[in-house]
This record gives sequence, C-alpha cells and structure tokens, in this order.
Amino acid sequence: MESIKIKIENFSAWYGEHQVLKNISFDIYKNKVTAIIGPSGCGKSTLIRCINRLHEVVPQTKINGKIYIDEKNIYDPDVDPMEIRKKVGMVFQQPNPFPTMTIFDNVAIGLKLNGLRDKKQIYEIVIQALNEAGLYEEVKNKLDAYATRLSGGQQQRLCIARALALRPEIILFDEPCSALDPISTAKIEDTIVKLKENHTVIIVTHNLQQAARVADYTAFLFLGELIEYGPTNSLFTAPKMKKTEEYIRGVFG
Amino acid sequence: MNRKLKDKIFRFIIYISVCVVVFVFLFITIYVVYKGFSSINLDFFIRLPKPVGEKGGGMVNAIVGSFMIVCLAALFSVPLSILTGIYLSEYKNEKFANVVRSALEILSGVPSIIIGIFVYGLVVVPMKRFSLLAGSIALSIIMLPLIAKTTEEMLNMIPLSIKEAGLALGLKKWKVVFYILLNTAKPGVLTGILLSLARVFGETAPLLFTSFGNRFWHRSILEPAAALPLQIFVYAIAPYDDWNRQAWAGAFVLIVLVCILIFLSRRLILKYK
Repeated sequence: MESIKIKIENFSAWYGEHQVLKNISFDIYKNKVTAIIGPSGCGKSTLIRCINRLHEVVPQTKINGKIYIDEKNIYDPDVDPMEIRKKVGMVFQQPNPFPTMTIFDNVAIGLKLNGLRDKKQIYEIVIQALNEAGLYEEVKNKLDAYATRLSGGQQQRLCIARALALRPEIILFDEPCSALDPISTAKIEDTIVKLKENHTVIIVTHNLQQAARVADYTAFLFLGELIEYGPTNSLFTAPKMKKTEEYIRGVFG
Repeated sequence: MNRKLKDKIFRFIIYISVCVVVFVFLFITIYVVYKGFSSINLDFFIRLPKPVGEKGGGMVNAIVGSFMIVCLAALFSVPLSILTGIYLSEYKNEKFANVVRSALEILSGVPSIIIGIFVYGLVVVPMKRFSLLAGSIALSIIMLPLIAKTTEEMLNMIPLSIKEAGLALGLKKWKVVFYILLNTAKPGVLTGILLSLARVFGETAPLLFTSFGNRFWHRSILEPAAALPLQIFVYAIAPYDDWNRQAWAGAFVLIVLVCILIFLSRRLILKYK
C-alpha cells in the first residue's frame, strides 16, 4: 500500500496576470519517482517550484490553493518557507554549482549556513552526499578543487550532492539532464532511481523516454491543466485522454 | 581601390594607434625608471627628510604615511561601498536606487581637488588641524563610487539560478547575499578594490589641504602626515637638485607600487578562470 507524501489540492499559480497553473489536484506517493511531462510552457517547472515555495521569490507572482506535505499545508501562514526548502531539495535545469567555492564547500555550505558547526560531522555528511550522488569516486582526490573544474555532468551531480547534504525528504529535479550528454544523463538517471529508496522524487522532463525509464508515476500537464495522472506504465501504454495519447505519439509538443 | 588594399590600410592605421599608446606607456615608465632608479638608495627608504640645504635623507615618513592614509581610507570605504553595491544590485528597481546610482556617478566625476576642499571644510576646519585622518577621509570618498559600482556590476553578472540555488537550500535572503552571491562576486570585487587602491595611491590634490604633508613623523593619525605624492610635488618644484632627484625616486616607488597592485588584480582574475 502506497502512502501519500504530497497532496496538491485545487492549486493555481500566476506570473503577473498570466495564469500558469489551473486548479491542479493530485497526490504524490512516498518513495516513488513521479515525472511531470508536457510541452514547453505548460507549467511543469512552476508546479515543482511551488512545492519548495521558490515560485514566490519571483516578483509579482501569486498562488491559490493548497499543497500538503505529510498532511501539513505548506502555504499555511505559520509555515516558514526556509524550513520547507530544507525539507524539499531542488536540482536545477542548468548545473549551477557555486563557482568560487571548492567541491567540498559546495556541498558543505548549506550545512554550515544552516548552523551546523561540528567539522567532523560536516565532513561525514559531505562524503556521504557525494557518494549518494555517485560523484565521490571521481572527485575524492580533488575535494578542494574549484567546482568549475568539473564537467557539466559532474557539476550536475555535485548539485545533487549539495541538495542531499541537507537530508531532504523530497527532491525536485527541474529538467536535470537537458544540458547534458547521454552518458551523463544515464548516470543521473541511475542516481534518481537509487534516491527513491530514502526520498520522494519528482522530476520535470520533456524527454518522454526519460520519464518512462525512471518514473513510477507520471503526470501530464497541458496549458497549465493536469490532463492525466497515473502509473507510468499505463499512462504510456493505455492513456485515457486523447490529448495524452497525441502528446505521447508526438502529434504535438 | 581593391578589397585587400583597404584591409591593409585599415590594419596599418590600427597598428599605428596601438604603437602610439604603447610608446606613451613605455616612455613614461622608462623615463621614470631611468631618472628614479639612479636616485634610489637605502637611505631613501629608511631616513627622514634632511633640513633644507643639507644633502641626503629619505622619504620613509612619506612612504609609511601613504600606506597608512590609503589603508585607513580602504577601511572606511570598502564596507560602505560594498554594502551600497549590494543595495544597488538587490533593489535595482527601487526609485531610490536610481538616485543613489546618479549620485555615485556624479561623485566619481567630481574633481578630486573639490573633494579635498570639501573635507577641508568638514574635517580640517572644525578640528582646527590638518591630519592623516582627514587625508584618508578624502581618499575614501574617491574610492567609494569606484568600489560600489564594481560590486554592483559584479553582482549583476551572477546568473539568477545561483541565487535560487542558495534559496533552495533553505537559507535566508541575507545569508544568500552575503555568503553566496558576494562570494561568487569576490574575484571581481577584490579586483575593483585593488584598482581603486592603485588609483588613490597617486592622488595628490585631495591631500594638499587635508593631510597637508610633514617633514617629520606623524605621531598620531590626528597630526599632519607626509604622503608620497605630496612629497614628490614639493620636491619636484623645489630649486634644489638633490630634492629633484628624490622626487624622481619617489615617482619610481609610486609607479612600482601601482604596477604591483595591478599585477595582483590580474593574478586574482586568472585564479578563478
């Protein structure tokens, strides 16, 4: 029996006057990978940016509706967005390590700035995070090299390690492989699948094969509306909605 | 006229211009080195100026004075101007930010002698004394717009996703700004600081009626103090050969210092490339 980690309920979001999400409701299951697919501009990225409350840092945005994590609405007025962001890690579309920091510091900085002082403990968590991100073996001899020395794929795995260091329960991936070559992509997909053991993973992608490979559940968004949501297998092989079928067949998108 | 000939003429004009620029640089440097190097000796770095009429002596008080004035100026202006740069970059759309931006632009265009007069009126007259402190206040005003502008530009160059990565780690905005954005902008900001130091090291006009100059040691920052450019000015226009000689030595030291600062700033840029 699968338990619900995130419950999205009648959720809408705007950039200025433009409504990007229209009354979306669905449940995301614990320790599963959920993919969000759909054509460019359908609101995929906005949706996950609402799950860690990053949408609101852009001026003139607003939201309406509720998102529950473990049955607590994260948009309740008593919720501190910083606490949500620690619980919900994020990996971005372009690899964005902090360029003037070393590989080690890139992973440690979140811990340090969130108040962890114990050097030994920081070291252990950093190594563990690098391991989980599948990067440790490649960088173990150059932890004090600048992050910009790494290849694009390594930088993206460093960003995964940076997010993992805070021990988040949920990890959001915003098209994490769109700037990477196929080999780097494969490594990151491996990592994503391993992560679901201890995390709930949500990945935005416009690569349908990627969704099919990594995701247990898939949601199809079109023009800000949730068209279809279900187990990846049935969504790809027997879509219920005509729009979904057309998108999967490549009629548009 | 055919295409190739036009290309050749154009290249010729470019090369001539470049040669003129390089020649001016080389001429100044070689002339100062030639004149200064022969006059420089150990006494120059360790002795005070001799009384008028006596040969020898040095500029140790001016060298130390210059360093103290510039360091104190940096101490005043670096924190202020970095915070101003942060404000301009983080709140770029506020109306007041535009006011600040214009003010800084005007300030960087104000002739340095006017800044000297301003500090004379504001610090020297009320305190009833020329002082090293007044000199560093004048120089810090000159550094302010330079560093603030560089900080703003460097912060503006950072992609938005770096900032969002910081926020996504659950950090408060001020922590993201101070520990992540400022860190990312660090090479550029430090370069800006070094270049502004190089600039004010040679400033003479604002020191004329603030730190004033001194033929002896200043015993505190509240006393008039010697500075290299001031000493060069006084010695260069004096009717004594020995003083003229020492002025060249001072010019030489000043140019070497500026070269070192510029060299350091380039090293810094390369380090993070």
